Amino acid sequence: MINLCLMVRTMSEKSVTRRDFLVKAAQGTAMAATGGLLWVYLLKQEARAHPYALRPPGALDEKDFNAACIKCGQCVNACPFDTLKLAGSGADLPIGMPFFIPREIPCYLCPDIPCMKACPTGALSPELKHINDSRMGLAVIDLENCLSWKGLRCEICHRECPLKGKAITLETHPRQISKHAMFYPIVNSDACTGCGICEKACPTTEAAIRILPHKLVQGKIGDHYRLGWTFDTEITQDFKPSDAPPPTPSIDAVPKGKAPGQDYLNEGEL
Amino acid sequence: MGLTRRDFLKTSIAASTAATVGMPLAKEAEAQVKASEKGWQWDKSVCRFCGTGCGIMVATKGGKIVATKGDPDAPVNRGLNCVKGYFNGKILYGADRLTQPLLRMSNGKFDKKGKFTPVSWEQALDIMEDKMRWALKERGPHGIGIFGSGQYTIHEGYAAVKFMKAGFRSNNIDPNARHCMASAVVAFMQTFGIDEPQGNYDDIEHTDTAVLWGANMAEMHPILWSRITDRRLTHKPMKVVNLSVYGNMSSDIADLEIIFSPSGDLAIQNYIAREIVNRNAVDWDFVKKHTVFATGPYDIGYGFRPKNAEKFHTAAEMEIVKNEKVRVLDKWEAIGQRRKEGEAVEQKNAATPMKDWAISFEDFKAALEPYTLDYTAQVAKGDPDESLAAFKAKLQQLADMYCDKSRKIVSYWTMGFNQHQRGSWVNEQCYMNHLLTGRQCKPGDGAFSLTGQPSACGTAREVGTFAHRLPADMVVMNPKHREYSEKLWKLPAKTLNPQMGSHFVKQMRDLEDGTMLFSWTHVNNPWQNTANVNHWIKAAREMNNFIVVSDCYPGVSAKVADLILPAAMINEKWGAYGNAERRTQVWRQQVMPPGQARPDIWMMMELSKRFKLKDVWGEQTIPGLKAAGFEDGKLPSVLDEAAKMGYNPEMSLYEVLYATPDNKKYRWPDPVAKGHPNITADLLKDGWFPEKALFEEYRQFGSGKAHDLAPFDVYHHDKVRGLRWPVVQKGGKWVETQWRNNEQYDPYVKKGAGFDFYGNNGKSLMMGDLDKPGTDKVDISGKAKIYFRPYASPVEQPDKNYDLWLCTGRVLEHWHSGTMTRRVPELHRAVPSAVCWIHPKDAEAKGLKRNDLVWVESRRGKVKVRLETGGRNRMPRGMIYVPWFDEGVLINKVTLDTTCPLSKETDYKKCAVKIYKA
Amino acid sequence: MSGPGTYQARTDALASSEKVHAMTLGQRFWSWRYIVLRRICQVGILLLFFGTAHWAWELPAKTPLLSGNLSASEFMGLIPLADPLAVLQIFLTGHVLQTETLLGAAIVFVLYLLVGGRVFCAWVCPVNMVTDLAGWLRAKLDIRAQFHVNRNVRYFILAAALVLSAITGVAAFEWVSPVGMMHREIVFGLGVGFLALVSIFLFDLLILKNGWCGHLCPLGAFWGLVGKASLVKVRFDKTTCTHCGECAKVCPEPQVLNLKKLEERGVVWSGECSNCGRCTALCPEGSLAFDLRPLIRQHNARSEHSGASS
Repeated sequence: MINLCLMVRTMSEKSVTRRDFLVKAAQGTAMAATGGLLWVYLLKQEARAHPYALRPPGALDEKDFNAACIKCGQCVNACPFDTLKLAGSGADLPIGMPFFIPREIPCYLCPDIPCMKACPTGALSPELKHINDSRMGLAVIDLENCLSWKGLRCEICHRECPLKGKAITLETHPRQISKHAMFYPIVNSDACTGCGICEKACPTTEAAIRILPHKLVQGKIGDHYRLGWTFDTEITQDFKPSDAPPPTPSIDAVPKGKAPGQDYLNEGEL
Repeated sequence: MGLTRRDFLKTSIAASTAATVGMPLAKEAEAQVKASEKGWQWDKSVCRFCGTGCGIMVATKGGKIVATKGDPDAPVNRGLNCVKGYFNGKILYGADRLTQPLLRMSNGKFDKKGKFTPVSWEQALDIMEDKMRWALKERGPHGIGIFGSGQYTIHEGYAAVKFMKAGFRSNNIDPNARHCMASAVVAFMQTFGIDEPQGNYDDIEHTDTAVLWGANMAEMHPILWSRITDRRLTHKPMKVVNLSVYGNMSSDIADLEIIFSPSGDLAIQNYIAREIVNRNAVDWDFVKKHTVFATGPYDIGYGFRPKNAEKFHTAAEMEIVKNEKVRVLDKWEAIGQRRKEGEAVEQKNAATPMKDWAISFEDFKAALEPYTLDYTAQVAKGDPDESLAAFKAKLQQLADMYCDKSRKIVSYWTMGFNQHQRGSWVNEQCYMNHLLTGRQCKPGDGAFSLTGQPSACGTAREVGTFAHRLPADMVVMNPKHREYSEKLWKLPAKTLNPQMGSHFVKQMRDLEDGTMLFSWTHVNNPWQNTANVNHWIKAAREMNNFIVVSDCYPGVSAKVADLILPAAMINEKWGAYGNAERRTQVWRQQVMPPGQARPDIWMMMELSKRFKLKDVWGEQTIPGLKAAGFEDGKLPSVLDEAAKMGYNPEMSLYEVLYATPDNKKYRWPDPVAKGHPNITADLLKDGWFPEKALFEEYRQFGSGKAHDLAPFDVYHHDKVRGLRWPVVQKGGKWVETQWRNNEQYDPYVKKGAGFDFYGNNGKSLMMGDLDKPGTDKVDISGKAKIYFRPYASPVEQPDKNYDLWLCTGRVLEHWHSGTMTRRVPELHRAVPSAVCWIHPKDAEAKGLKRNDLVWVESRRGKVKVRLETGGRNRMPRGMIYVPWFDEGVLINKVTLDTTCPLSKETDYKKCAVKIYKA
Repeated sequence: MSGPGTYQARTDALASSEKVHAMTLGQRFWSWRYIVLRRICQVGILLLFFGTAHWAWELPAKTPLLSGNLSASEFMGLIPLADPLAVLQIFLTGHVLQTETLLGAAIVFVLYLLVGGRVFCAWVCPVNMVTDLAGWLRAKLDIRAQFHVNRNVRYFILAAALVLSAITGVAAFEWVSPVGMMHREIVFGLGVGFLALVSIFLFDLLILKNGWCGHLCPLGAFWGLVGKASLVKVRFDKTTCTHCGECAKVCPEPQVLNLKKLEERGVVWSGECSNCGRCTALCPEGSLAFDLRPLIRQHNARSEHSGASS
């Protein structure tokens, strides 16, 4: 696999001319560089597979986790439900690191978090004090194939959710075409642990609710905006103006470079 | 506007789907779907599971069910299903489907301790015949018994009743519906004199209030719940109240959640009545015209084994069972029953709990007096973490609703009320409050008993597969009813046995006593569904008896059996179910049963061919029989009488009960089948159509008796999606009845009466005081009874040793004992095993945590189960909940076999247990 | 005194060689004792890991016996163990490790410091079984070397692993290590890691003698560096050595048996010696034997003294 056996010298060679030396040095460097690049490529290739991997509770962010996991498998040994597996080589996940496939065996959220406690390196962070605070991934519903979103009274994901009413809630809406209500399951990312019990339980042929790493699915509303109904906002009394001194442009100063808009104003036809 | 409603539904569903997907429906995609559905044949059918009775459509191809869907034309569900209903098509195809008769054998011969070995149907019927003859010879007609079902088709239930009661002259047939709604039946019969709800599901769209009393409709009646939710969302005044002993899914949309203590509902009902009376919210016009006040004895025992208790119960069990004889009153029941705390009350009326008499309104009012807010709150508060003040406020809110005359109210209940040591009482209390306020039999107003099983109403109740019943609300104890039935069935007089048979639990006790030697189970799982099951498993396996179980999959009961018969399932035979709103719905056979599996009805008919009239209609011994016109302990021989009617002693029961000349007029094939097969007719090979003939014969029982059904072919009409009885002919059309006893809707109510509780026509009560009946007779024709029933504490309560309440029940995903739903891989994966819900603080206090494996142990037995502190049920401290679908967690080893003394229905909702780490 | 090159010396050497080749079956078995011990040790350690992972071996009760693998583990629920090179790489990625791991690495480090750094290679590493097999087969089939590769390449690779760990932010060697892969996949199953082992096997068998362990493996290189300072060493007694050269024939790192250096130091000084014990078991004159470093000095002083006086 690592084919670095290129620093070869033939057996009989004894006399080394200056030119030969230079050639050898260049060869060596080239080989080292090629080998190094190959190695780096391999590592990057390995690490690239990660977005689809669901890690055990308390796992650090992907980059830190990749760095910290020593691949010892102690979390796997500690898992009482055989949820965790170590990625084998040749799979599409970084070799030797723990992961789980919720549709096969989800994380059952042991209150004592044995996997995290077994981790010697802190790749599964001991900062995780309560299992319900773990964020292994986020449940995502395929609205198109979810039975409940079709109006059937399924909602198994909601009932089976260990954080029912928090991680998965039901929204009811009139069906309008008959005197029945629809019960829409909604995933709330502020409580969803990504344990995958819902994915395991989903009765459709292919799960209509799935756990995916947050990065792949979660959007973000801009920091510049707050939803009008989520906070009570009152008009501030005794308004205090900013401490920063107001900009006082000096009349003498000649601006350096181009003034904003200058190009637009100068170029092009009207 | 050429669009029919159905077209509208179709197009709007398609459009809304397209909108979600965000693309127009491509022609190719449509064509693809069409191509994949080539050769599919659709027919209407009914969901196999709960009492809601959703209509479904079934597609078959190549002799297999390939798909199902909710029937958009079915008024109950309008195309929707719950997730169990979604899997109707898959329940037939589990990997371990029974396809051969299996007999316990050693060395080629039957051996009770032998191993199950495949045998032919011929061999199976031979041994059944042998063993039945042996049981009849040893013990008489009551030495045999059938565990029937609320999941029988109407035809099967009818065939079974006739098989036992008319054929073998045995009343030992009782359905699992005994465990399910017997208490509701008693209350209907006592209050109104006729069974089943007056209202229907349309009440939901008319009401302002849904009050749930021990009915977790969100999980157990999912499609009805979506209708209640819709009403709650679209009708502003609509309020939902959830009364339960633990927080459940139905609380999610409830405006008011009241967590009460086990049996606390008895006190709450009386508190409401007291408020209604004291706040003058009584509808006097209604009460005076249509009701009479009544009460009955309080010292009625707890439905434990009346005989041989010491012989079979352990010392630990006897601590509780001894209450059957003498009950020492605790503080709360002493106050509620106007007696002294600590008083030892002999349970004198344990054998006669049904006694009742009329009382005056003044007495009624006096009886309610102890049920003050203070008293009720202390008795009934179920959550130790809730303050008394907060609980009182909730009770007041509830009373406010009942006292608000402008508010329409429907009360719903299922097993919380029915599986109750005082289940019949608490049902009657519910009618009490509805009748006091005139809220019964009106659109949007009524107390509505929901049923659990798909045909608890249609088969168990209407057909009367109970130990005491005959079709159309008649009972075997009543000579007129027997006479009527004998006439319709063309039986000699006195063929029918006047002695009530053994109810479900008693059949188990009979097996334990050895008084019953032959037992046959149809369409249910008695050794999983009966409380205190360790006793019954032992009785079946270790006593000298013969247990036959017909089933489609191997379950606990099959394992207990001596002979297992492979049964055909729902769409493998013709059938009909009746749901909770009196709607009779039918289906045709769609596919053939696999292997040697056969319809239950065929099994009964084949067996009936092997018995001749001379075998069963001679003189028979019935221990304990006492009835006017009968010699004590004996049924007379009716063979002579039979000969006069043209019967020959050599005729088989098959010819006399089933293939009668009248029935054989219904020929097979029949155009109503539209080409569908009929395996029963094919196997019988004598050219008649058994299901149709039996239905038409059965129909005669109810005709003209406010139980009218339409002819067989009407239900099978393409446009009909079930009809709610009474179905009467008006202008050549068969018209259903929405609200009974109400002049506006019910053809049986006399013009000008307004309301008429004709079930009680011709009946009378003795006038008495609160303690005893007097001597004056009161005619109660056309009237309903308003019962006063007191609070009574649960017979077993948590103590130091067994410190927790145990409540059992179902989960949405699984049907009953899981025999079918656990064979659907998707449902099994969703909820693979039962868990024990517990309050997190209770778990913590015991050093336990979520997912721990624990033992749940009572005086009777123990099971191992995993703990769950979160999830769908929120337990109050001091109570755990374990569902019973999982045979791996056979929770009925733990439960207590106390029953409501009136209805004989077991209380699965409260007993004392302890838990500890396994 | 017999110096090399003398007739006496040659006959001594030949006699020694003959002794080796004329060993009785029993003697031959006896000469394999370290190989057997090493296999027991290698397989035993694997078994401890495997048994803990698959059969829930516990000692004391309710405590996993040896959970994890060679990268990091916990012994009897108490003693943390960790691979110091893996820890060093992770350290270089910038991740702050828990004290448990650091302690574990320290324990392992000190352990090998005592018994010899490359004792890991010969006594613990599962790949050793594969490369030994390749080496044995190569000798049997008499596959001759076509070229030489500098044995110092492994130090460059070690350096590269450390540098790349810092650059890429992942433990560079750990992510591709066939040693970790083989061990992990034996203990936890899964994967196609055996393909890497097959290539190592073929490489060792057909291309380069002792190619992986002796030339490339950076983990071996790391332990080689540690091993310089180790306590347990192979002592060399120049007074009895006949220079027959049998030891160098069986040694997977023959450069460590450089006679000149041996005579100079009286001990196999190089850290590249893996204390595999092949030479000590084979040496017909008992000139090579395991010993503790302080004792070696005494021993050599003594024997030199007695040799000089004779």
